[in-house]
Amino acid sequence: MDRDTLHRFLFDMLLARAFEERAAQEYSAGNIAGFLHLYPGEEAVAVGVIHATEPSDYLVTTYREHVHALVRGISPRAVMAELFGRRDGCCKGMGGSMHLFDREHRFMGGYGIVGETFPIATGIGYSILLRDLPEVVVCFFGDGAVNQGTFHEAMNMAALWKLPILFVCENNHYQIGTEIHRHSAVVEVYKRACAYNIPSEKLDGMDAINVYQATRHALAQIRAGNGPQLLEFETYRFRGHSMADPGSYRPRVEVNARLGLDPVETLIQEVEMPYPSREQISAAGPDTIQQLVEHPSAVDHFHDHQIASLKEDVEKVVEKAAQFALASPAPSLDDAWNSLYCNRRHELLVKEASHD
Amino acid sequence: MTETVMFWEAMNRALDIEMAQDESVFTLGEDVGLFGGSYRVTEGLYVKYGEARVRDTPISEGGFSGLAVGAAMTGLRPVVEIMTINFALLALDAIINMAAKIPFMSGGQFPMPVVFRMPGGVAKQLAAQHSQRLEHTLMNVPGLRIVVPAKPQDAWWQLRQAIASDEPIIVLEHELLYFDKGELDISAEAPPMHQALLRREGTDLTIVSYSRMARLAEAAATKLAEQGIAAEVIDLRSLSPIDWETCETSLRKTHRLLVVEEDCRFAGTGAEIATELTERCFFELDAPPVRLAGLDMPTPFNAALEAASIPGVDDIVNAAQQLKSGASTA
Repeated sequence: MDRDTLHRFLFDMLLARAFEERAAQEYSAGNIAGFLHLYPGEEAVAVGVIHATEPSDYLVTTYREHVHALVRGISPRAVMAELFGRRDGCCKGMGGSMHLFDREHRFMGGYGIVGETFPIATGIGYSILLRDLPEVVVCFFGDGAVNQGTFHEAMNMAALWKLPILFVCENNHYQIGTEIHRHSAVVEVYKRACAYNIPSEKLDGMDAINVYQATRHALAQIRAGNGPQLLEFETYRFRGHSMADPGSYRPRVEVNARLGLDPVETLIQEVEMPYPSREQISAAGPDTIQQLVEHPSAVDHFHDHQIASLKEDVEKVVEKAAQFALASPAPSLDDAWNSLYCNRRHELLVKEASHD
Repeated sequence: MTETVMFWEAMNRALDIEMAQDESVFTLGEDVGLFGGSYRVTEGLYVKYGEARVRDTPISEGGFSGLAVGAAMTGLRPVVEIMTINFALLALDAIINMAAKIPFMSGGQFPMPVVFRMPGGVAKQLAAQHSQRLEHTLMNVPGLRIVVPAKPQDAWWQLRQAIASDEPIIVLEHELLYFDKGELDISAEAPPMHQALLRREGTDLTIVSYSRMARLAEAAATKLAEQGIAAEVIDLRSLSPIDWETCETSLRKTHRLLVVEEDCRFAGTGAEIATELTERCFFELDAPPVRLAGLDMPTPFNAALEAASIPGVDDIVNAAQQLKSGASTA
């Protein structure tokens, strides 16, 4: 990976963490209400997967999707304003935290009902197929979603018609408070794809670079016309299911162990590989010095102060997003009617039907 | 230009011409392709347009209805055939939570040009699980529009209008009407998609109905005329939105309202019609509105009981006589 890509990875990972922590603060301050599902711990999946996609690819996501929207390129201000329910939000305050949409970015929604991303993705895949375009739709879902009928219905249709879909399981091991061994007879999600002859793989979802590389490989296969694939990423959410959930059903020792695998810290360690020390260089001899200098980790490594500076940049972005959201006006009832009737052509209706 | 065709033929021709004119139109459902559709509506289209645009699906109502939603979001114009409305219960998440809400929740970003066709109603001894009316359920969902064609001409007009719409449209088709014959003039100018039509003029009372019951209401009006009662018959043709103006105009003339529906009476379609028209025309009415509806029970299998569970022509005649004479009908 080149330095620019790594830089974008780092920035997005740090932004993802900082944005969600700010959202939690704003929830506590009363600026965000309703259900708020946060992503800390799972950042490597969204960052790795979405960086591997093309802008022409579509994303379908769940209700834990703020970070997916940010990584896709939707402005943090528009996402934060949507969480606040304001008019400048990416859905004018009509959707909220669980329902982020952005047509221009082909961000096809956050869905609040578990298992809804599957049929939506098959439909988008069908569109791509009918038009014979080199596009892919990425369908996110959690481990809890695979026991919905829609999962199996979609897997069957996707495989039957070779739809260009990448199914991405964010396996955080819990469907709200029920651990996977208590909700699934087969706990390895990737195995379920075998029933539909869909190639699948289980991978470490705590390492963004690992996620990125696996996704690129899978996307290339799908784009070549080989039909759908499924990637299961093992991950963990550091917080409860939503802000209303303290997560007390998880053993402390388990949470602590997972905190030690923090995907943000993991990426920082990967990009911080230092230059060899003076002693190492003098011990290495002239033949190997050139090799060391040319080694990617030597060329591309990040210093502590660069990472600190990135963190400052991210904090500024998040601060501006929160200020923007707070200053944005509430949507009007007219905005709501206009959203409902956005596709209406009045000439098709009797006069009474319009709510003018 | 007028010809006589069966209801299914009118639908078939509407779908055919829309598919011929617009490559983004495609149809999908159980047995719509090779088999030709349970009620022949998609007959011949599989050969003409190929399997990608006339897609036989697995038995996955929730899955393929949701597929249509995703396709509509990305610019296709799917026409979903749900083999019977009874199976739509498995697709309500796609219809209600997705199709009706995505344009709204996204702040108006997405088109939703999807049509859900659903044969339904009480047919001939199909028993409780295959003899349902769900219009009241769908009417209570903002974001959906519902049409209920009762004649081939309306089927031709309204299916074409539904496919042309960028909003989700439910087309409720009655299983007993597919093989009814009627006039079709393909060059006749279509009225607005949701406009009610006056089927018969009268001065003594207004019968408001839709779908198969509107056909029975017409037959009842003929009988009533023999008894000297002039019933005006309105075929709503649409249940969301409802053309209240046509109903109001009629009530200002007749001052009596009889609502006839196949739906169950309690919290049914007729409840909404009677209430709204009472609010609008209270001081015009000479008598309380009367609802003639299906019994509040699952449809019995036995033929006699099945017939007794929904209004028939004679029931409509009796209710109209009582309403006209001022006798209580409750």
